[in-house]
Amino acid sequence: MNQIFHIAIFFALGCFVIAMGMAVYRLAFGPAMADRVLALDAMYINGMLILLTLGLRFGSSLYFDIGLLICVFGFVGSVAMAKFLLRGEVIEP
Amino acid sequence: MSPDLPVWATLVISFLLVVAGFFALTGSLGMLRLPNFYSRMHAPTLTNTLSAFCIVVSILIMASFVEHRFAAHSLLVTFFLIITSPVTAMLLMRAAIKRELRRNVEQGGSETDDIPERDLEGSSLPAPKSPAAAKPDSAGG
Repeated sequence: MNQIFHIAIFFALGCFVIAMGMAVYRLAFGPAMADRVLALDAMYINGMLILLTLGLRFGSSLYFDIGLLICVFGFVGSVAMAKFLLRGEVIEP
Repeated sequence: MSPDLPVWATLVISFLLVVAGFFALTGSLGMLRLPNFYSRMHAPTLTNTLSAFCIVVSILIMASFVEHRFAAHSLLVTFFLIITSPVTAMLLMRAAIKRELRRNVEQGGSETDDIPERDLEGSSLPAPKSPAAAKPDSAGG
């Protein structure tokens, strides 16, 4: 049973890493600015999923808190960059 | 992994992990391969939420067996992600639509009606037709 669990962990981590690599491609060569912000959004969610999977693998609850923090601050960053694309400034006077 | 996990819990956790990896890969593949931005938009937004939900449910099962109680705190991530993911998608979509309209205007189009006047500042456009654009910006007072 441990073998199945480790194979599943390995498969999920590999999928997340490949997905993050695709997001890095879209971040580097995206034709529009909104593509790059979307790639950053996908990248932080994939990084959070990698951290949650590592927490599942090592049996530690510390990874979960880090994933929650990444979720919160990644949302703030994505909203700030989308607002910058929309208006040209983040905090309006 | 703790050794006191039953067999069905291990199978369910492994299945959820495989499903989460498959959906994350599908979303990023859609973001890589779809033709234009508006179709690239929805692929990672939908699938990342589902894969995060699968991972969080597997964490919930494992933590409930380790701590011998219902560990519902791990549902916080997917709750927050369900709230924030459509907000990010909607803001990005609005930004893309506005930028595309602005670029069309700069290339000589005629769709100036949807664009606020402050977005036209600094561009090489002729002055807007409405006389309200001529007065200085008094929004700060």
